[in-house]
Amino acid sequence: MAKGIWIVIEQNKAEIRNVSLELLSQGRMLADKTGDPLVAVILGSTVSKLAGIVTPYGADKVILVDDENLADYTTGAYTSVLNKLIRKEEPQAVLLGNTAVGKDLAPRLAQRLGVGMASDCTGMEFDEESFLTFRRPIYGGKAFAQVIANARPVLATIRPNTFPIALPDTARQAEVINETAEIDSEDLRAIVKEIVLAASQRPELIEANVIISGGRGMKGSENYCILESCADVIGAAVGASRAAVDAGWIEQKFQVGQTGKTVSPTLYIACGISGAIQHLAGMGTSKVIVAINKDPEANIFNLADYGIVGDLFEIVPLLTEEFKKLG
Amino acid sequence: MDIVVCLKQTFDTEAKIVLNSNGKIDGTGVNLIMNPYDEFAVEEALKLKEKFGGQVTLVSMGGERVTESLRTALAMGCDEAVLIQDPDLESPDEWVTAEVLAKAVSKIPYDIILAGRIAVDDGSGQVAIRLADALKIPSVNCIIKLEVEDGKAAATREIDGGTELIEVRLPAVLTAQKGLNIPRYPSMMGIMKAKKKEIKGMTLADLGIGAADLPRKMSITKFSLPSPRKGGIKISGEAADAAKELARILREEAKVI
Amino acid sequence: MNFDLNEDHIMMRKMVRDFAEQECAPGAEDRDEKEEFPMELWKKCGELGLTGITFPEEYCGVGADYLSYAITVEELSRVDASLGVTISAHSSLCANPIYLFGTEEQKQKYLVPLVTGEKMGAFGLTEAMAGSDASGTRTTAVREGNEFIINGSKIFITNGYYADTYVITAQMDKSKGNRGIAAFILEKGMPGFTFGKKEKKMGIRSSATYELVFENVRIPAENLLGEEGQGFKIAMVTLDYGRIGIASQALGIAQGAYEQALKYSKERSQFGKTLSELEVIQFKLADMALQIEAARLLVYQACHMATEHRPVSKYSAMAKVHASETANMVATQAVQILGGYGYTRDYPVERMMRDAKITEIYEGTSEIQRIVIAANILKD
Repeated sequence: MAKGIWIVIEQNKAEIRNVSLELLSQGRMLADKTGDPLVAVILGSTVSKLAGIVTPYGADKVILVDDENLADYTTGAYTSVLNKLIRKEEPQAVLLGNTAVGKDLAPRLAQRLGVGMASDCTGMEFDEESFLTFRRPIYGGKAFAQVIANARPVLATIRPNTFPIALPDTARQAEVINETAEIDSEDLRAIVKEIVLAASQRPELIEANVIISGGRGMKGSENYCILESCADVIGAAVGASRAAVDAGWIEQKFQVGQTGKTVSPTLYIACGISGAIQHLAGMGTSKVIVAINKDPEANIFNLADYGIVGDLFEIVPLLTEEFKKLG
Repeated sequence: MDIVVCLKQTFDTEAKIVLNSNGKIDGTGVNLIMNPYDEFAVEEALKLKEKFGGQVTLVSMGGERVTESLRTALAMGCDEAVLIQDPDLESPDEWVTAEVLAKAVSKIPYDIILAGRIAVDDGSGQVAIRLADALKIPSVNCIIKLEVEDGKAAATREIDGGTELIEVRLPAVLTAQKGLNIPRYPSMMGIMKAKKKEIKGMTLADLGIGAADLPRKMSITKFSLPSPRKGGIKISGEAADAAKELARILREEAKVI
Repeated sequence: MNFDLNEDHIMMRKMVRDFAEQECAPGAEDRDEKEEFPMELWKKCGELGLTGITFPEEYCGVGADYLSYAITVEELSRVDASLGVTISAHSSLCANPIYLFGTEEQKQKYLVPLVTGEKMGAFGLTEAMAGSDASGTRTTAVREGNEFIINGSKIFITNGYYADTYVITAQMDKSKGNRGIAAFILEKGMPGFTFGKKEKKMGIRSSATYELVFENVRIPAENLLGEEGQGFKIAMVTLDYGRIGIASQALGIAQGAYEQALKYSKERSQFGKTLSELEVIQFKLADMALQIEAARLLVYQACHMATEHRPVSKYSAMAKVHASETANMVATQAVQILGGYGYTRDYPVERMMRDAKITEIYEGTSEIQRIVIAANILKD
């Protein structure tokens, strides 16, 4: 019988992403219930030292695949390597972050393995028969589906910020296994020519703990600096509603909503956002929602935990100053 | 250049979701639209067709009403459509859909397969990538720019924190992200012409697939609706006082700052 | 009898609605404020085929029916009545008479570019002394060899100045009254053809309304539309069809204002209830919906008659009276439901109420429509 819960660790230039640590932390709790080993799988180039970084978060075993062909993520090479490993070791579940990499890799890998997959999950637990079941938002978060795989292994991508990161246990020891990368030549047909990373020092929208978003009430692209100043004080990411994106005030990659990014931060501050159902679909799972809007009838107030009826151009700079005072 | 576009019909993004007495998603009276991301795929296919010539064929799976979305895409300028409809395709999972689409697509000449990066209903974002694997061709996910030349595609895709330029030899599957283009409206002339274009119906038997070939890998055990959020506290008073109070609450009570 | 729209009409409505909401609605308030003509949108309308819906494919038209046309004008007017009348005046009042009465050469030369949207059309009938009564026409046309010489002026001309092609009427023989009138096709830029006053209007402010001035405008004889003495008839037939456009415009204004009021009434709370929970508002909304639905049936019926080439006069007059009166009632009530907000320019119902009024006036006042209806029912 398939044994083991695998977490595919996502790293970039030897920097491990938070979502991978979140998955290890939650994976540890699941593994303790069934006695499954928790395995961290790390693919990359010169990544051997990462084994020591992931172990304190709960890994029983670390599988390292160190190869220069894996330095940058490519769909083909990563699929090729993981497919072989999974076929060999037969884990019961393989979990990835629902990140750009996870969203690309997991479906391809699932098809290669001929197995099922649950996308963008916001919950997971074992049922009575020790099958992992997943809770996932559908219709942009307007409903949830509980899904279960009919065979093992099952793959899943988990939405960042869903689970907390456990305190690292530095005394923990894990078995480290080095595997060689076997990449089928047909999996090397796509070439990464260039990677351009935005210069922004702000956190990535989908992983941010705090997001400050502006909508139609922003009135123009030049006004986003008000939100940016506030974001930089509290370490937030800046987001936008569809109305603001469609008006051309801010790039599409900042859009939160059903046709944009789905986010789940601890704090979401909506400024000049009316709260169209489309937008709510993308941020409704935020833990605390704050709304600042001059229209007292705006729908966003119906779900905001805290609201201020007022002009965002007045309120946000004042709020920024208050945040500065909090230090 | 022949292009296949995978198209899905979805609920309108404005639709309210309710469950029926069986606990399933209730589609009664819901306005159905072409998946918004598939519109970008259709537009990109039409732009490629305008540049290189060739046929744009739509492939979809679903019920009779899917013809409405297919007609819209035909009115935008696609050439023909295939609709796979079969009672044994009730509640397909992503694996089933990919396998069936792969069979259907392999009967059509193609250099590029385009699809939306995600469907706004199930939000799984799996099928197009699975299709590429089933067809043993490369895929580039979530593209925001595309250039095609000499049998190669240079596709810029969105990654976390930036973009990535991928070069891939055709044929390949490309999934469209918002920003790739601005979909055209179907013109009046296009609408009049669309009714003369063929929507070819196909069943599993036509594709040489038996119902037993399609065991579901995933099952949905339950649907639920999110517990509605309630409006909370409105902080009143002068702007300066309200801002101060909000900052205090976020720090001391909500403990999120 | 089938009250369902067919698949084409449903798709057309969706397309025009998407276009209207995404491209036309956002700037409507601004264009109204600045009295700015929607030139960019006009071009886009051409690309989408909205400038030649009812004309056959042989003239590069869409070859669709009048219902397709009505739906288009309705949907555009639902968000911007100025754009609605721009399309309506172009199609019904300029392209249509050329299509109905023009020679093959005239159709190739003038109708085709109008239909494709490359050129815009306008219609000049009204004069200072000839409003509802066209027999007061003082603009004259005199034949001289292979030319006509036109003198006079026309007022309140929709699309004036921006249009490229003008169908106008002029008196050739005053002794014959209406039977002395002829219709002509003029081009912008012809020597002696200039534009006078631009009207400053209460509503449809972003549509252009100009005076046309003719000072010894020499036009080739082949630009006579129809025959000498046929001008009045051409104008009347043109208006019979044109009323469908204005009725559709009015219907669109009514629908737009109603939707605004409905939405607002569900959001706005007073006395601890949403407005929509108050019976006094519910009755208003019910009356609005009722009148709109009745207007829509009349408009669509007139379309049916036009498409079937059956006598349209009575039906288009009924549709126009009822739709325009409905537009005024609905828009006024919409402002009432929105209260103080409705009276401000922050909400579109203020504009819609101003826009609605003209639909009871132009292309035949409500009074004239009733004369047309009476004449039709009494002659039977």
